[in-house]
Amino acid sequence: MDLRYLKKIRIVLSIIFFLSILLLFFDLSFSIQSSFSDYPLYLQFIPAFLKIFSVGIIGGLGFFIVILLTLLFGRVYCSTICPLGILQDFILFVRKKVKKINFYFSDALIRTRYIFLIIPIVFFLFGIALGFNLLDPYSNFGRIINNIFRPILIFINNIAALILEYFNAYLINPIAFQGVEYFSLTFSLIVLLLIIWLSAKYGRLFCNSVCPVGTFLGLISKFSFFKIEIDESSCIFCSECETVCKSSCIDSESQVVDFSRCVGCFNCVDICASGGITYKSRYKLNESGKLNFSKRDFFKNIGIFALGSNLILKAQKKIEVYKPNKTPVIRETPVSPPGSISVDNFNDHCTACHLCVASCPTQVLQPSFLEYGILEIMQPRMDYKSGFCNFECNICTEVCPSGAIQSTQLESKKRIQLGKAIFVKDNCVVYTQKTDCGACAEHCPTKAVKMVFDETVKLKAPKVDDKICVGCGACEFACPTFPYKAIYVEGNPNHLLADKPDKSKLEEQIDLKEDFPF
Amino acid sequence: MNRRDFFKKGTVAGVAAYSYFKFGKDINIFAQSKTINSNNYDLVAIKGGEPESMFNQAIQSLGGMKNFVKKNQTVVVKPNIGWDTIPERAANTNPKLIAEIVKQCYNAGAKKVYVFDHTCDSWQSCYSSSGIEKFAEAEGATMVSGNSERYYHDVDIPNGKSLEDAKVHELILESDVFINVPILKSHGGAGLTISMKNLMGIVWDRRYWHRNDLHQCIADFPTYRKPDLNIVDAYAVMKRNGPRGVSEADVVSMKSQLISADIVAADAAAAKLFGKEPNDLNYIRYADEMGIGKMDLSQLNINRIIL
Repeated sequence: MDLRYLKKIRIVLSIIFFLSILLLFFDLSFSIQSSFSDYPLYLQFIPAFLKIFSVGIIGGLGFFIVILLTLLFGRVYCSTICPLGILQDFILFVRKKVKKINFYFSDALIRTRYIFLIIPIVFFLFGIALGFNLLDPYSNFGRIINNIFRPILIFINNIAALILEYFNAYLINPIAFQGVEYFSLTFSLIVLLLIIWLSAKYGRLFCNSVCPVGTFLGLISKFSFFKIEIDESSCIFCSECETVCKSSCIDSESQVVDFSRCVGCFNCVDICASGGITYKSRYKLNESGKLNFSKRDFFKNIGIFALGSNLILKAQKKIEVYKPNKTPVIRETPVSPPGSISVDNFNDHCTACHLCVASCPTQVLQPSFLEYGILEIMQPRMDYKSGFCNFECNICTEVCPSGAIQSTQLESKKRIQLGKAIFVKDNCVVYTQKTDCGACAEHCPTKAVKMVFDETVKLKAPKVDDKICVGCGACEFACPTFPYKAIYVEGNPNHLLADKPDKSKLEEQIDLKEDFPF
Repeated sequence: MNRRDFFKKGTVAGVAAYSYFKFGKDINIFAQSKTINSNNYDLVAIKGGEPESMFNQAIQSLGGMKNFVKKNQTVVVKPNIGWDTIPERAANTNPKLIAEIVKQCYNAGAKKVYVFDHTCDSWQSCYSSSGIEKFAEAEGATMVSGNSERYYHDVDIPNGKSLEDAKVHELILESDVFINVPILKSHGGAGLTISMKNLMGIVWDRRYWHRNDLHQCIADFPTYRKPDLNIVDAYAVMKRNGPRGVSEADVVSMKSQLISADIVAADAAAAKLFGKEPNDLNYIRYADEMGIGKMDLSQLNINRIIL
């Protein structure tokens, strides 16, 4: 049988994986993420690994599938499933369009590789997910898209909306952008630049030095069933295979392939004219797939994005009678997303891929900086400055690939108490201004915050029943006071079950034939 | 793509169209004086029917939609779509009523009908859960986002006591006709939300209102711009836990509707219907005192229809 289509299959599969993952992060309508995310993300190695611990063996089956795939075919994961790997191939593809590049065999960076593999594992044994969080290729890809490219996409969308609006066509809707978390942005930028530099110059060096998944799968691929090898009798020492090997793992002179570093791109199989490269059997491939992408100027886009991000606070109005309040509000425990069970559970399993951030319709999920702690840096948190958790939504619980946020039915999600609303009387408009407000109670989906008549001010003032509070943060978001809010959500370290809100039927008979009361 | 220019043009066009509209309306009332509109009702109250049929009958007694919408005018319909809830919860205006209004606007010759609200929950979810998107689009209306700041433009409110300026949605600034379609609901902060309170959904910064005497701000805004028509949906009424409500148990079927060009009268009548005295709601009283409209229903010519 002829296997010269190996490279084509690889390219087709990688494009499918890459685009579907990209779509998940790019979908601005929030319509596909919850239904579609399982498929392309099921096989993401580290999220699937963590899902074994957070959800169970079945949930994390993708982890074993990848290991099985590697045992059969080598590190095909790195070239077809891993979006960061595919991104590097894409960068290299563009690079080659500009100028041809030849690779040469180099020795493996054994020490670097194992340090980057062992450190996150040791961390993990001590219950710290930070190592995986920072090094997982899928999560890095997610962060790059969510923190750098999604804002650019939103900006382009908004420019398009603005242009259409000029012609009174409201075909594209502008999207409110809640701004960036600077650490996540900076980190993603550094990783992206590193990736661009490494891949354009050294091919897949990142995958064979920094990436713990690459190193781990490399260990497994030593035992894989199919292997790339040089058939000594057919090899004509043309060294073409070596020059196209982006992993620099073919030593054509001594006819040795370091298969632990091979990412299964099959470029060598494709280029070899003499049949000297074998993939177990003597199959040859030719013709490279054709892709059509244009080169993109990252820096220019980042500049546009910086201009586009609407972070400038509004100047205060002139006749505002409101006086800034003085009682600081300090949240002891950050609020983790619904379905994460507890802050610890979330911290242990989240790889900070930011897919939930990209999928959250209200943008309440934002990358954290130090809110959880240095070890949990960049893991998403509920940011009630940016929005509040929509009572009728459970998209984040549907998309999480690592099970840090567990799949939760909407009706169950409505009972999860992420935290409790705390009322700060000293900051409240009703008491400081002696005027009606009620913004908090207005937004509360369960009426855990109610306006109750207070004799002292002769006005209705907020009152919290934290038994039915779900900690969605609507009250905090809506509260108009500044600089400090008069109501805020204190996170529950362990999520609790809220009581059901009062749904007893109103007893009121309306006589439709009765005259109007006026 | 100069926003300022664009806005300038829009305002000029809006002012021109508005004066045309006012002028045109005078002519029209004059011309039609011997038709059904001869009673010159200030307010129509109707109950006992479906939202569409009630609207149909009520608007006829005001001379039909042609009295409010002229040929080739653009219309903006502003329902309450504040919440991501289904129609049965009565937190948002009845979608069938909106569809009927859109339909009648087009029948009257409207060039374009827009529908929007500055929602509290995420707008896409609100538009779809409320059913308004589906029903309004079926009749040819264009749904526009009310949750993007770039659609809002600064205006001065010279007669405001607490509210001196606001950022107002451009559809309100540019459309020839503004139809306000609130739903009557209980409200934790304002007591009741009806027509005037519904105008908080056409401005950008609501928090300012909440901070600076909510009732006064609600009364201040209509000094800048009053809707040309207020249609109060009281078909299903949320009697407690408003404005969002907790469940369908909060809702009582009242099968009523009120229509008036006088925003204060509409709110006063709706308050009575709900079982509250207009005088007890500060913003209605303030608005009456400021001369925005009439709170005293006994002074008005009301057409009461019980089906």
